[in-house]
Amino acid sequence: MNTLSPTTDHAITEAPWIKWSLIGLALSFLALFLVLPLAVVLYGAFEAGINVWWQAITDPDALAAIRLTLLVLIIVVPTNAIFGVAIAWAIAKFEFRGKTLLISIIDMPFAISPVVVGLIFVILFGAQGWFGPWLAAHDLKVIFAVPGIIIVIMFGTLPFVARELIPLMQQQGKDEEEASLTLGANGLKTFWYVTLPNIKWGLLYGVILCNARAMGEFGAVAVVSGRIRGETNTMPLHIEVLYNEYMFTAAFAVSSLLTGLALVTIVLKSMVEWKDERKHKTH
Amino acid sequence: MSILSRLQQATLALTFTSVSFIALAENTLLNVSYDPTREFYREYNQLFSQYWQKQGHEAPTVRQSHGGSGSQARSVIDGLEADVVTLALAYDVDALRQKADLIPENWQSRLPHNSSPYTSTIVLLVRKGNPKNIHDWNDLARKGVEVITPNPKTSGGARWNYLAAWGYALKQYGSEEKALEFVTQIYKNVPVLDSGARGATNTFVQRQIGDVFIAWENEAFLAVEQLGKGEFEIIVPSVSILAEPPVAIVDKNVDRKGTRKLAEAYLAQLYSDEAQHLAVKHFYRPANPTISNQYKDKFPQLTLFTIDDVFGGWNKAQQTHFNDGGYFDAILSKISK
Repeated sequence: MNTLSPTTDHAITEAPWIKWSLIGLALSFLALFLVLPLAVVLYGAFEAGINVWWQAITDPDALAAIRLTLLVLIIVVPTNAIFGVAIAWAIAKFEFRGKTLLISIIDMPFAISPVVVGLIFVILFGAQGWFGPWLAAHDLKVIFAVPGIIIVIMFGTLPFVARELIPLMQQQGKDEEEASLTLGANGLKTFWYVTLPNIKWGLLYGVILCNARAMGEFGAVAVVSGRIRGETNTMPLHIEVLYNEYMFTAAFAVSSLLTGLALVTIVLKSMVEWKDERKHKTH
Repeated sequence: MSILSRLQQATLALTFTSVSFIALAENTLLNVSYDPTREFYREYNQLFSQYWQKQGHEAPTVRQSHGGSGSQARSVIDGLEADVVTLALAYDVDALRQKADLIPENWQSRLPHNSSPYTSTIVLLVRKGNPKNIHDWNDLARKGVEVITPNPKTSGGARWNYLAAWGYALKQYGSEEKALEFVTQIYKNVPVLDSGARGATNTFVQRQIGDVFIAWENEAFLAVEQLGKGEFEIIVPSVSILAEPPVAIVDKNVDRKGTRKLAEAYLAQLYSDEAQHLAVKHFYRPANPTISNQYKDKFPQLTLFTIDDVFGGWNKAQQTHFNDGGYFDAILSKISK
């Protein structure tokens, strides 16, 4: 990450009115598309008072949705973190045929529409799908159950950690690892004491992005969830159910909780960026 | 109550719901339903729970899933383990037999009134004061009138809407060609095709799009009496279709899960007097003729034709109109030109 030196005023050649109208444009855009919707969510959530908000959050179906979302996060985020480190390691530290292809394939979940992702897994694991009869015979449920939801979210958030780490690890090269190995450390020790400290901020950043996306995923989950209230509705799906049932205050209350989690994520992300920048400066 | 004790409460609730879910599996039903029945079944499930406990059983848990009727049927075919389906039209229930063999061929004769414990019809909802002067189906084909109706490919209600308009045109103009032309004119006036009836209601009522909303009678009443008092008016067309939303047990699923007895009682109780009154409360026409008579004033009297009379049943209607290459596809391709 390169730190930009602050530009001084006399280096800017544009007329002041251009500068100010650009700033004004950017700020009003932000206000219109970020701050206003956020304010609407919070207003809608607390309009009827904190007690109504609390009731909406502690409704059994809402609690089930919150629990399911947390369960998904607990499984998806660590799995994708481990996978991301492994794949970034493979790409950055080794040479093999098809490496470029692998890098392109990692990006696939970003390119495919979430609805298509959902349908892919219905075709694979649905009752009429390829593995459907086998799953039914063994009394295993994937689609319209928690495993299906976890699978599609894992698929959609798979690239975040890897994408973050590949350029970082490529840039760092493998000299330090090689030095460590020459000095007699084993592979695990090298990873723990050499590689991990070098990539920890990038890793954390990827994990945070992965977490944010996993919380909010809607399209793919909508296809494989079956929308069973209190059972297979994640928070975003539960919000849609509430909205469709004209329970707007409750919909906004759950939305505010999800927004709150997102804000926490953003704060964490900024902190990581800040720490990372400081580390680079002190070097 | 302090924040801390509330947090403790929430944690406890989280733990217990996960534990109780496993214990209740055999005493749990999943009702896969269509869009506008959300409010009705929320109340009916409580009613049924009381009944079932009075019979000396443990309190059952009834889970609900709602969406466009066609896509809900698709989910059950793809493995959503519904114990009962309560969908918008017989064709969608029959798909469970045709595509996945989940129910027997005679499913519709297993319960009274073609397995439809409540019926409805299709009416027109307009904004206050009827500014576009809409009185019957032919006003929907006029230029400059925006019509809201969902997509017949995914929504059951939308298929009833379409067929109601078609039936009117057939009666009025006498030929299939004329009817096709008329219905095409109506769909030319549709700015958004939502995937389900509830989405379309939201489009018209909340997002304020469109001049007239072709709606389930029950959705129209809900909009008039609860969502925006005094903001909407119901226009009863000269003729409309008798919409029979059927219910059925999904035999393959209840037999595997051991819930047949509970599921059968759940559907049978829909015909009880209390449930029939509850249906009226949620603006459905009760199937029981005695109770229906009591509410004569509540529902507008109009000429209703059935799908069997005019279209030769659902299978035929589906093939001619909604399957790939049917009339609706022709209409869509004409509109996009």
